[in-house]
Amino acid sequence: MLRLMVGLLVSEAQTDAQPEALPTISDRRKKETISQMATMTKKTQEIEQVTLRFAGDSGDGMQLTGSQFASTTAMIGNDISTLPDYPAEIRAPVGTTYGVSGFQLRFGASEVTTPGDVCDVLVAMNAAALKVNLRSLRDGGMIIANSGGFDDRNLKLSRYESNPLEDGSLSRYQLHLMDINKLTASALADMNLNMKVAARCKNFFALGVTYWMFNRPLEPTIQWIRDKFKKTPELVEANTRVLHAGYAYGETTEIFTVRYDVRPAKLSPGTYRFITGNEAFAWGLIAASVKSRLELFLGSYPITPASTILHELAKHKHFGVKTFQAEDEIAAITSAIGASYGGSLAVTTTSGPGLALKTEAMGLAVMLELPLIICDVQRGGPCTGLPTKTEQADLLQAVYGRNSEAPIPVIAPATPAECFEMAFEACRIAIKYMTPVLVLSDGYLANGAEPWLVPAPESLPTLPVRFRTEPQGFEPYSRDEQTLARPWAIPGTPGLEHRVGGLEKQHITGDVCYDPDNHDFMVKLRAEKVGRIANDIPLAKVDGEESGDILVVGWGSTFGAIRAAVEKVRSTGVPVSHLHLRHLNPLPRNTGEVLSRFRKVLIPEINLGQLSRILRERFLVPAIGLNRVEGLPLRTGDIEAKILEVLSNGH
Amino acid sequence: MNLVVETMNNAPAQPAQKYAQKDFQSDQDVRWCPGCGDYSILAQVQRVLPDLNIPREKLVWVSGIGCSSRFPYYVQTYGIHGIHGRAAAIASGLKMARPDLSVWVATGDGDGMSIGGNHLIHVFRRNVGIKILLFNNQIYGLTKGQFSPTSVEGQITASTPYGNIDHPFNPLLLALGSGAGFVARSVDREPKNLQEVIRRAAAHRGTTFVEIYQNCNVFNDGAFSTMTDKETHDDNVLVLEHGKPLIFGKDKKKGIRLNGFTPQLVDIGADGDAGLIVHNEKDHMLAFILAGLSSMPGMPRPIGVLYAVDRPAYESDMVGQIEKVKQSRGEGELAKLLQGGETWQIEW
Repeated sequence: MLRLMVGLLVSEAQTDAQPEALPTISDRRKKETISQMATMTKKTQEIEQVTLRFAGDSGDGMQLTGSQFASTTAMIGNDISTLPDYPAEIRAPVGTTYGVSGFQLRFGASEVTTPGDVCDVLVAMNAAALKVNLRSLRDGGMIIANSGGFDDRNLKLSRYESNPLEDGSLSRYQLHLMDINKLTASALADMNLNMKVAARCKNFFALGVTYWMFNRPLEPTIQWIRDKFKKTPELVEANTRVLHAGYAYGETTEIFTVRYDVRPAKLSPGTYRFITGNEAFAWGLIAASVKSRLELFLGSYPITPASTILHELAKHKHFGVKTFQAEDEIAAITSAIGASYGGSLAVTTTSGPGLALKTEAMGLAVMLELPLIICDVQRGGPCTGLPTKTEQADLLQAVYGRNSEAPIPVIAPATPAECFEMAFEACRIAIKYMTPVLVLSDGYLANGAEPWLVPAPESLPTLPVRFRTEPQGFEPYSRDEQTLARPWAIPGTPGLEHRVGGLEKQHITGDVCYDPDNHDFMVKLRAEKVGRIANDIPLAKVDGEESGDILVVGWGSTFGAIRAAVEKVRSTGVPVSHLHLRHLNPLPRNTGEVLSRFRKVLIPEINLGQLSRILRERFLVPAIGLNRVEGLPLRTGDIEAKILEVLSNGH
Repeated sequence: MNLVVETMNNAPAQPAQKYAQKDFQSDQDVRWCPGCGDYSILAQVQRVLPDLNIPREKLVWVSGIGCSSRFPYYVQTYGIHGIHGRAAAIASGLKMARPDLSVWVATGDGDGMSIGGNHLIHVFRRNVGIKILLFNNQIYGLTKGQFSPTSVEGQITASTPYGNIDHPFNPLLLALGSGAGFVARSVDREPKNLQEVIRRAAAHRGTTFVEIYQNCNVFNDGAFSTMTDKETHDDNVLVLEHGKPLIFGKDKKKGIRLNGFTPQLVDIGADGDAGLIVHNEKDHMLAFILAGLSSMPGMPRPIGVLYAVDRPAYESDMVGQIEKVKQSRGEGELAKLLQGGETWQIEW
């Protein structure tokens, strides 16, 4: 049987661990108590998975509400996947459709691989939020609407001709109305709070209602409120009260007749935490710094959705991390190159437009053959594009986008938590092969979160580094026979004084060299060095049958949607295989061979077919694409339909 | 202890014996045009480096692209020949990573003031401890003779056959305006002064900026001839000395004083030396006035140290902050990071 312990914060965890835990504090027990109380009057229905979306103004605190619901849900043992969906405008005018911020999450008693195509429950804090998000609600789904956010002004701003809450246009859905503005105000009536401050608590009312509805404990959020507002006790009091009020409202009001229970998922045993892709990436870098004993240096320029990696690393200075917010993208990468020459584990983080600016410097890193991690958190493009939305359209830029022949290894995490491993893997390759390595994350991975089985530090491999110190026979561009890596000779080492630069190097000596044969040799050598990494990465491993009619191939954050679609089709008895590529340059050695075992290859991507292009070019496979570029994760349903279509019509 | 610190542990803090000029000559053939002012700058640097008493392996020369940027290849130290305009950024990263190194930048008026202008102003503002020598020849040499951001108005160049209509930068004013703490100028043909200025730059913590007038004898020959020709030299060069009045000219008979905020020439023979400006390296406003002399007709151009104030270098603050955080939070531990905060257990 699955035994669950909520180790929230030390004091509570200890209380909880005691055999005779008091019902007042233990989350689980309290939840059960409340649940028993509730079942006296209301029916509890058990469900396997559910998708919930919070939507409101960008100033309404929807990201906070969603992430609180998500972390509480993760803590009580559900599997979960989240999709923050927010506008590029920080505080767009209140009530407008372009200011709507959403947070979608899917959680369940079984494995959850995507934040859900469509939602089952939509919490709409105002008219604009409903207008923007209704299309993501399934037919028959539930709307919890804040009627206080549907006044004439709200309706006008969101271009509703009539009030949708009253005109019958939502008859396809289960509509639950409550004036959250008023209910929040009355919960705080005796506190003499400033009206604005009081109004800002209303997201906790919505959270309380959903906590009741899905049978979640309040304690983790109450603890969070206490920490967050510890300097202003009245806000602790106000927010906690409103949270309770929302919960009580769900319990006592007549409008809800059913509440839902989602049992804990059967996750592998161990210590878990809830983590976003950008946090995981930052931590992976710190882990690599510890395991290589190299000082971590991050040169970065703020850009959505990569900036939170900079924020996260800046918090961890006690690991000796040096974070440098540079004057521009070019200084960000070139400062990192300087740090790498000095012997640091150097990193630069950015998104597509920034990667474009770093292009020339990436070429320098290729010439200097120094370790460097370049992380591109892809977003919608081209140009400024959709800064807060996700996309996978930088693959060709990553693999090919530099002047001349400038090979760089490219890897991509599949899930938010996997950003940890991939950051670590990038460091491993960079150090071992003395090369820049590009990691392709994306907006969905960066901001999305999932439960992560925390690795034990001792389970992580050490990353051996050997700085050259021996002057005897030193040549800056001599090479390791196996990896073709050149020596890392850092300034300060007596007798190894040497110059590196962007001009073509003479093989072995590293002197400037214009000789045609040497250039041809060096171009091929640099390609060979990156190519050999294929010997040092896992082989492509198919999920499902090893051969057959159809192989669905994916990379990056579409992993979850593809896996869910494949499993759905399989569950109908149709065999479908899935190959997910984490190493994109070089590809695993057996990629071509694996592809050749299937009659059809389907490649879903959030671009116009970039991996398709690479695989067609490399292996001459007639890859079929599923390409939607909406700024959103691919939908499981679309992939499922495409699989069936490809299987049926023969293409 | 991280690996770099461990590797550097046994390295000597001082050179075993005093270096000679030739110890800083690399084995590479110098490939500047015969007669280029760069040769003199290289020679003066190689003359000064032994006096700094810094082990050769602790020195790093960083450059961008351009004639001046070939400099690192010719100095027997560590070096990076970077990409166009980015020397200051590369050097900043290196200095932050390795405050123990003496990091020097060789750049030019195109590399530093045009494509790399952004990095230069920000490095001044931050005060990263790198030493920048900007070779100003008022022309693009390597790309064969286009005007640069310091070319004078009306100059005929390959890209301005009818005359340059761009207004030039005054590099010293730009540096002062961006918050540089050490601003100096010298000339390729003033070896003594150049050596002295480089020595001063080496001793200063924080960013140091030295503009060096350098003759490009192929594309812009004689750009500074009034300052370098014997006949006109004395009347056009004002050698700055801290605490000394601003006096110049063949017989030291000319001086400069202020009329309001405007510098004025004084004929000492006729008017006496009352009210002459006395140079003060720590006076920021005076530094602006001196830097501005270059664009005032009839005025000499100052060489030497215009401005030098001591303030903490960026990399020291960076390290200091890390040490502070370590003291208050304890040295980072991976287990604590991964398993700290909000976690939960799942047990079967």
